[in-house]
Amino acid sequence: MKLELGNIFIKDVVFSDETKVVNGVLHVNKEAIQKALMDSDPRLAKVDIDLAKPGDEVRIIPVKDVIEPRVKVSGEGGVFPGFISKVNTVGTGRTHVLKGAAVVTTGAIVGFQEGIIDMSGEGAQYTPFSKTLNIVLTCEPVEGLPRHEHEEVVRLAGLRAAAMIGEAGRNVEPDEIKTYETLPLFESVKKYPDLPRVAYVYQLQSQGLLHDTYVYGVDAKKILPTFMYPTETMDGAIVSGNCVSACDKNPTYVHENNPIIEDLYERHGKDYNFVGVIITNENVTLADKERSSNYTAKLVEYLGLDAVIINEEGFGNPDTDLIMNCKKISEKGVKTVLVTDEYAGRDGQSQSLADVDKTADAVVSVGNANVIVHLPPMKKVIGHPEAANVIAGGFDGALSSDGSITVELQAITASTLEVGFGNLAAKGY
Amino acid sequence: MLRVVHYINQFFGQIGGEEKADTPPLVKEGPVGPGLALQQAFGDKAKVVATVICGDSYFNEHVDEALDQILGMIEKYQPDIFVAGPAFFAGRYGIACATVCKAVQDKLGIPVVTGMYPENPGVDLCKKDVYIIQTGDSAAQMRDAAGKMAKLALKLANKEEIGSPEEENYIPRGIRVNYFANERGSKRAVDMLVKKLKGEPFTTELPMPEFDRVPPAPAVKDISKALVALVTSGGIVPKGNPDHIESSSASKFGKYDLEGIMELSAETHQTAHGGYDPVYANEDPNRVLPVDVMRELEKEGKIGKLHRYYYATVGNGTPVAKAKQYGQAIAKELKDAGVQAVILTST
Repeated sequence: MKLELGNIFIKDVVFSDETKVVNGVLHVNKEAIQKALMDSDPRLAKVDIDLAKPGDEVRIIPVKDVIEPRVKVSGEGGVFPGFISKVNTVGTGRTHVLKGAAVVTTGAIVGFQEGIIDMSGEGAQYTPFSKTLNIVLTCEPVEGLPRHEHEEVVRLAGLRAAAMIGEAGRNVEPDEIKTYETLPLFESVKKYPDLPRVAYVYQLQSQGLLHDTYVYGVDAKKILPTFMYPTETMDGAIVSGNCVSACDKNPTYVHENNPIIEDLYERHGKDYNFVGVIITNENVTLADKERSSNYTAKLVEYLGLDAVIINEEGFGNPDTDLIMNCKKISEKGVKTVLVTDEYAGRDGQSQSLADVDKTADAVVSVGNANVIVHLPPMKKVIGHPEAANVIAGGFDGALSSDGSITVELQAITASTLEVGFGNLAAKGY
Repeated sequence: MLRVVHYINQFFGQIGGEEKADTPPLVKEGPVGPGLALQQAFGDKAKVVATVICGDSYFNEHVDEALDQILGMIEKYQPDIFVAGPAFFAGRYGIACATVCKAVQDKLGIPVVTGMYPENPGVDLCKKDVYIIQTGDSAAQMRDAAGKMAKLALKLANKEEIGSPEEENYIPRGIRVNYFANERGSKRAVDMLVKKLKGEPFTTELPMPEFDRVPPAPAVKDISKALVALVTSGGIVPKGNPDHIESSSASKFGKYDLEGIMELSAETHQTAHGGYDPVYANEDPNRVLPVDVMRELEKEGKIGKLHRYYYATVGNGTPVAKAKQYGQAIAKELKDAGVQAVILTST
């Protein structure tokens, strides 16, 4: 399976009467998008669209998801299969990307767990989305809508808007083209007979409302671990079911741009043979955890792998999935590297994970999410600033009267993503 | 010039060996024994103004008394820095250095440095609070140890930023600190993977801790007579969350009255937990804190009685050290109340 990603570098975003890309400037027809979203979902009562750019004194809170606008130019299917497009297998042909732009969804709180994106100041350095040109949707559902449906309304609105905006890149000549190719297993092994076989064990959070992930439209808690080509997720085959503790729930943007996949491709064919991705879930019951980790370890053995990278998504309960996978895969004689964040307390002195094992001897830490950060007041707040008091990582009194916020790092969207999206790390002192 | 007071035992203080280990604290002006190596390392940046010497046996057998005397002696010299040892692998000396360092740091507010071999029992006593330069196991490494101790002591006194254990040669204190690495996490993972595949040395970024496993208590002999309590980390709190227990990384636990409550309801209780789908717990909080079932068991005589109070916190993103602290505090209250069995529910 071979996919060309045509990156169109977006330098600015403006509202306009037509959604288009002109000389690297993304024009967004606000009214048309609002109307299309309202028309497609009667459960949506109101949707506002704002722009937030790097350096702006703007805070977006509470963030539900971030999505990169993409459009499928050639090859089978369309973006976000199972939601926006039919469930064709994606990951081949060419996809255009509005690189530098992002659709951000926010709205009234569904649960407790939503995040903060600050476009400038102390908080900006922790979130990758302070560097993107954000088209922010504030979605309000009709009154009395059950929470699970509210989540769905917001999720679909974000995907629809991203797909509509992505369309603007269909006929634009990309600034760069990156090609990713993965061969069918036997061909791949034949091509690189002497290289060790490596795969990526991609844990998908699946603990319930705001902790869910979808694969081709299927709720990941209902899947058995399975195998996929790495390029499938670049076309939106994996979608976030909105965010829990915002620091380490992968937004859809990150599934489209999974850095472990990108960096494994980087040395593929040189240091190892990157044969593909095993997706698995993080369900809440012990039987589910046992079943999924057994199945994952079995696939690893069946595929004759020599080493895997395993990422966690979320924290606490999924620590168990990470450690079960590590232990069972290691017992098959396969080498493992884990990527996780830490909850070592505000003082950094506590044990970082809820589950550990001696086989976890190669771990990348993407930072301690309990660390306190102070976010200065912003000129403009998109969303609901009072959410800071009840979001994960916030606490009573987190929001001051001057509009500044004192929170744990875990409240900042994408600050400790366990696919290693950022440079944050932690070490022992 | 910065003023330094140095602490050593009777042996390094040139008073005598084991036969003089019961020497009570005494003070001498200027450097003594290892203090000379220390003074040399300080150069003209700091001066060892006094040396406190105490016998190891005396210190360990009269801790409170010795500490009082030693603190008094140190305070008199108004030092900017306090240095103890190095104690190398000498156990009682290490314990004395650790205890004195902690007291000087806490009570006099003076920066302290000591030095020990990692297996010295003094290390575990103070490594979280005190910088301990890692030394060899014998006095043969005195010059090397004194140099490293002096360097770190100067940094502490000048309030300079203290680097990592590798950079400064101190024993890791078990404190996790965030920083921005040169490469993103995924790249670091791939690099580590390649090293592991090739059999090359690599360094994990998160060494695995010792996992604390708690053996279950023996079964209750006659549960039909037992006072049973409910404790949950599932965040079930009275409606409105009166104690404002955080949805993640809880800073407290709550104690709530169940007197006269036959079952919980969406009107009376809710969850404060931010780490799971709250819809079903909010619809029927008995799903997480089974008061309804406990009342039935009580009525049927299957348990003696449900304890009047239940305890709740949020187990979401709550550091293990905090959870342990809440668990111990709750256990103490339950024991004091004569509770014989506890049902712990999570989420």
